[in-house]
Amino acid sequence: MEPTPETLKDLHYRMVRIRHFEEAAGRLAEANRLPGFLHLYVGEEAVAAGVCVALRNEDQISSTHRGHGHLVAKGGDFKRMMAELMGKATGYCNGKGGSMHICDLDLNMLGANGIVGGGVPIAVGAGLANKYKGTDNVSVVFFGDGSTNIGAFHEAANMAAALELPVVFVCENNEYGEFTPREQTMAITDVVDRAAGYGMPGVIADGMDAVAMYEAASEAVARARAGEGPSFIEAKTYRFYNHHGVQVLGMKYRTDEELERWKQRDPIELLEARLPELGVLSVEEIEAVHAAVEADVEEAIQFAEDSPLPEADTLLDDVYSMAGGNR
Amino acid sequence: MTATETATETRELSYLKAFNEALRQVMGEDETVFVAGEDVGKAGGVFGHFAGLADEFGDRRCFDTPIAEQAIVGLGTGAAVSGLRPVVDLMFMDFVLVAMDQIANQAAKLKYMFGGKATLPLTITTNAGAGLSAAAQHSQSLEALLCHIPGLKVAMPSTPADVKGLLVACIRDDNPTVFVSNKRMLSSKGHVPEELYEVPLGSANVVRPGDGVTVIAYGRMVPESVKAADALADEGISVEIIDLRTVQPLDLDLIVDSARKTNRIVVVHEAVRFGGLGAEIAAQISEHAFDYLDAPVARVAAPFAPVPFSPALESHYVPNAASIADGIRETLGRPAPGA
Repeated sequence: MEPTPETLKDLHYRMVRIRHFEEAAGRLAEANRLPGFLHLYVGEEAVAAGVCVALRNEDQISSTHRGHGHLVAKGGDFKRMMAELMGKATGYCNGKGGSMHICDLDLNMLGANGIVGGGVPIAVGAGLANKYKGTDNVSVVFFGDGSTNIGAFHEAANMAAALELPVVFVCENNEYGEFTPREQTMAITDVVDRAAGYGMPGVIADGMDAVAMYEAASEAVARARAGEGPSFIEAKTYRFYNHHGVQVLGMKYRTDEELERWKQRDPIELLEARLPELGVLSVEEIEAVHAAVEADVEEAIQFAEDSPLPEADTLLDDVYSMAGGNR
Repeated sequence: MTATETATETRELSYLKAFNEALRQVMGEDETVFVAGEDVGKAGGVFGHFAGLADEFGDRRCFDTPIAEQAIVGLGTGAAVSGLRPVVDLMFMDFVLVAMDQIANQAAKLKYMFGGKATLPLTITTNAGAGLSAAAQHSQSLEALLCHIPGLKVAMPSTPADVKGLLVACIRDDNPTVFVSNKRMLSSKGHVPEELYEVPLGSANVVRPGDGVTVIAYGRMVPESVKAADALADEGISVEIIDLRTVQPLDLDLIVDSARKTNRIVVVHEAVRFGGLGAEIAAQISEHAFDYLDAPVARVAAPFAPVPFSPALESHYVPNAASIADGIRETLGRPAPGA
């Protein structure tokens, strides 16, 4: 599907929102102002933005430990996100989940997930619910190349195909499972080869090109909406920071040259290089988008800083719905 | 409301038929309830729990899945968080271990991790218990593992009436629940009310009042304990028997009240003794009724070994009326008959 100017603006906006949110989160982490682990999505923005622009609010997504980008792309609120990263009572999860469990069920974002591959079966269940209810909503599951090595992925992919469920599998192949190169953990070069084993159509898409991601996702989503079952998209992408935290250069497991090579294809710069000539956004308008998003991020940080910490007496809230459970 | 309070029309029904009837009635009442699992469709389940449901409600609402326990539980979790009320079957409790990430890290914790925003009305049904020469991977009672996970509820009924009421309660509960049938009780019979009713989760039942000693049991160990109590009545020993019915949440009030009354407690379970539910109950009693105890809380349970295959070995593995009676006599300091 050829993107309209509005769609191109939307792709750009969602990527810019992810980038500035993540850069800010990284700076806060460096300054020890965020507790816990932080897995930044910088570099992979085109994947989440491209896919989520092809979705509607009712469509569910499930995510990974690197989940902020997915929530931002689905429309996540910076204030509640930043507050959650700081463990504040006003956060999306009231301070109970943090970075790795951030979610917004009103946006049908079914949560980041601390277990590699853990969100895949859940997305398949959401897909089942869509079919069961007779809607044409679809569920999308984001997962890394490393997830495809874990049993839950295999079980869920096979089940989605066997039950012909409206699910789109989006593999973010960033070439590393934590700190281990992909080629050491699988004997294939293209993860998408696995789709054939499930009888599922699969495509490779340029994960640094938001338009390419949008087009691939639109096709897979249309298939799912039409009741033609699940599809698989392998997005070739790269994370610009370390597995967790904000380290950029000097990593032992990948070279600075490799990183620089990928940064030549920064997904935001790639799109921004095309927008003026297409007459979608001028250079000045692009700068204005960045400035506005940066201001939103600053406002969110202020909101989070000003927000109260959760009260100790909320510790046992929401273990169960209603009363129940032991002392 | 309990089964006995609302019983208008009852008839004899097997444990298995009571399970089936509960599901049929709930599915009739609530369109969001569906059943998924291995062989649950036309085959009706390996033991027959789901017989006729696919015919009556169609394969949209009762369907077979691949043999894939993680994906089965995940299917239920994703559907539950999307507004349905799934019942997913894991066939044997041993297979719970195959699905443990989806149960313990995902379903049990989503609500809490999401700050309360998720609702997870998921029911996992499964079958536990030894005594069928099913050997070490098809005979385990693993409830202690599940009870250790905040967010889950676990029901282990001993009568057909409780099977029906507890299964209905599990399905209607807005939390992830695990409903555990006992494989050796499936053909056991009892009176079961015809209408739809719930036995509340977390409410134990005094199935036999007594004042000399309290036996706390659940599942198949309840009828074994009743047999033991019958035998001990001839020796002048009055045994109170509590059927826990749910092991998470525990009905601690009833347990503690009974401990304060009889002053002696024997906990009986099929699961291995070490780290089993008996240990938790003993600790709770020592915290809440220590001054009332005339003897240490005793446990009659399986030894610390996998379940053996041969009937000659398995009969020594699972507690029975005789070993329960021995445990009770020991707690009371009474000699065995003929000793």
